[in-house]
Amino acid sequence: MNSEIQSESILPNQDLPRSRSARDEVPPGREHHPDSPLSIHDMTVAYHRKPVLWDVDYDAPAGKLIGVIGPNGAGKSTLLKAALGLVPKASGKVLFFGQPYRSQRNRVAYVPQRESVDWDFPINALEVVTMGRYGKIGWIKPVSKRHRNVAMEALERVGMSDLAKRQINQLSGGQQQRVFLARALAQEASLYMMDEPLAGVDAATESTIVNVLRDLRDQGATVIVVHHDLQTVSQYFDHVLLLNMRMVASGITSDVFTQENLRKTYGGRLTLLDQAAEALARAGE
Amino acid sequence: MTTDRIIKQTWLFMMMVVMLVAAPLFAGEVEIQENISFVDQLLRTLSLRDYNTRLVLTGTTLLGLASGVMGTYMLLRRRSLIGDALGHATFPGIALAFMIMVAFGGEGKSLPGLLIGAAVTGLLGVGAVVFIRHWTRLKEDAALGIVLSVWFGIGVALMGLVQSMPGADAAGLESFIYGKTASMVQSDAILIAGAAVTVVIVCTLLFKEFAILSFDVDLARTQGWPLVKIDLIMMLLVTLVVVVGLQAVGLILVVALLIIPAVAARFWTQRLYLMIWIAALIGALSGLVGAGITNLFAGLPAGAVIVLTGSSIFLISLIFGSYRGLVVLLTRRVRLNRRVRYQHLLRALWEAGELKQRASQSQDCITLKWLLQQRAWSQRSLQRLLKSAQRKDLLLFDPNKETVRLTKSGEIEASRVVRNHRLWELYLIHYADIAPSHVDRDADSVEHVIGTDLVRELESAIADAGDVLRPPPSPHKLGVQS
Repeated sequence: MNSEIQSESILPNQDLPRSRSARDEVPPGREHHPDSPLSIHDMTVAYHRKPVLWDVDYDAPAGKLIGVIGPNGAGKSTLLKAALGLVPKASGKVLFFGQPYRSQRNRVAYVPQRESVDWDFPINALEVVTMGRYGKIGWIKPVSKRHRNVAMEALERVGMSDLAKRQINQLSGGQQQRVFLARALAQEASLYMMDEPLAGVDAATESTIVNVLRDLRDQGATVIVVHHDLQTVSQYFDHVLLLNMRMVASGITSDVFTQENLRKTYGGRLTLLDQAAEALARAGE
Repeated sequence: MTTDRIIKQTWLFMMMVVMLVAAPLFAGEVEIQENISFVDQLLRTLSLRDYNTRLVLTGTTLLGLASGVMGTYMLLRRRSLIGDALGHATFPGIALAFMIMVAFGGEGKSLPGLLIGAAVTGLLGVGAVVFIRHWTRLKEDAALGIVLSVWFGIGVALMGLVQSMPGADAAGLESFIYGKTASMVQSDAILIAGAAVTVVIVCTLLFKEFAILSFDVDLARTQGWPLVKIDLIMMLLVTLVVVVGLQAVGLILVVALLIIPAVAARFWTQRLYLMIWIAALIGALSGLVGAGITNLFAGLPAGAVIVLTGSSIFLISLIFGSYRGLVVLLTRRVRLNRRVRYQHLLRALWEAGELKQRASQSQDCITLKWLLQQRAWSQRSLQRLLKSAQRKDLLLFDPNKETVRLTKSGEIEASRVVRNHRLWELYLIHYADIAPSHVDRDADSVEHVIGTDLVRELESAIADAGDVLRPPPSPHKLGVQS
């Protein structure tokens, strides 16, 4: 309901040319960087006749920490899911490292929203993380010690090795999120796509997760994070992608994360704009 | 020992149980006696002397085992009721298979033929549920309701046609509705045994695949697992269990065997492989005991008794289950409440000491009246609490003068409690932007739940490097008026 209203209020703005700042890096036209870890060509996604994403055309720069920003219902999660083939695309093409996803699976790790699984499932933290290795283990073969060690190291990196044997329903929200992050780490990927890993987590978890993400980037991986908190955008991300059903802008955070672009992204939502202004003021300090 | 080893050994063990239970199938036949007393019958049942009894018990036990295993996956995937739609959807298949077999000149009652028909329409029914859910905006319950009733209706109509078919004896076909365990013959039991062995072997081999499919479909898909195939294998196994179970418990009650053992098992464990193992055990036990009871009382329908036996085990699990049983939950709650009460008391006494020290009064005794003002506790509950704390040697309570004093061990304990509490308060004030005047209540509710590891974390994060055993000063004003 909400998103329908919103799409109407956004529509008049849509015929404006895509933000100049967004196109600075990639010139208009359809040229894509052949080695981009994730390049999305004109992707459109629709649920039940209602378009969720229109003509998103984007190249993710390699080795950066990238934030995907936009209001609720803007299609942030859908962007990740459609790119990975978890929801069908109406049109468009997505390449990972210049190849179709099928051949690049092992280089990509996805962290879904925490609410997407049943946390009452009878399984412990280590077993969840070990599932990140299943793709590498393959059919029928049991989990070997080597794979379990990788999982254990991943748990250690997110500060959860003490809780490896704990049932997942006895973990706090932040701990559950860290388990999900560890599972992605265990996949040893070069591109990480994370859906709101910082939503509803405590301060300690947030700083742990952000540190891990920065480590990943420093080791050369590309990290794409759906993020909701405008206040921390400038602080966390090298690049941002502003999204509201269409791509509003993308590029280096300091260039793109401007009040003008935010107004285009968030429309007339004053409270959010106030928040953004505050965030910008802080960033300027 | 690693989890894998345990899993492997458990499954190996389960295979042995299957084989052991199935062994009597191949033993020789014993002569059948008529007109025997109840005691004789009991003895015969218990000693498994009677061949037919052995056959039936073996069949129902293995059926229970297999449905326990598959039911666990159905439960965890929130698909339990699919089994119900599946069961009902087998009905038209039985009638159709009969008609086809008669049309081709057969007698029409070959069990494998009937069961193949049942499996085909059963799977079609499940397919219809999936189709409706995926292509319409109807929810799963509506889809299940439609398929279940429509398929069953078609079955009833076809059954009517079959009865009036010329030259065909359809008597006994309707026994698939409620099941007819006593009519089980050797080949039926072997069929069930075959199904059980298949279920156990496939679930052992695909343990990992079934687990990831059940827990996180999106992860499985991004890793490239062929989910449709794995799901199909799982649904085929469920269909197998339902179809071989038709004869024993009937198409209406077979879903109970899929749901009840799995649900009961959930009360005992929080490990997947253990849950499967326990569900198998409960299913097997229901089949064994249920069929055993039926054997003792002529005229009892076995299917219903098996299901009722399973329900009794469920009830026992619900109450006494070691992981989620009501008794465990209640004790846990009572214990938590008691701990909360003790901590409140100790903290109130400690803070009273601090206040008095600040006012440089003698800090020996605290009056009952003062304590009563500190919290919303009634005089009676406070006195009871004081007495039980005294029994634990935490404090000295003088009922005549109505004064309280902490003992040495009480002081140590109180200092620990207050320290934890204040660390929490500090944490909340520093990190969560909560107004200091609101902290006390919130801190109360969390401090009893957090583990020692988190307390340690807080200590290193916040506590000043000095003496951590002594509680840091309270960040807000003490006393009721504050």
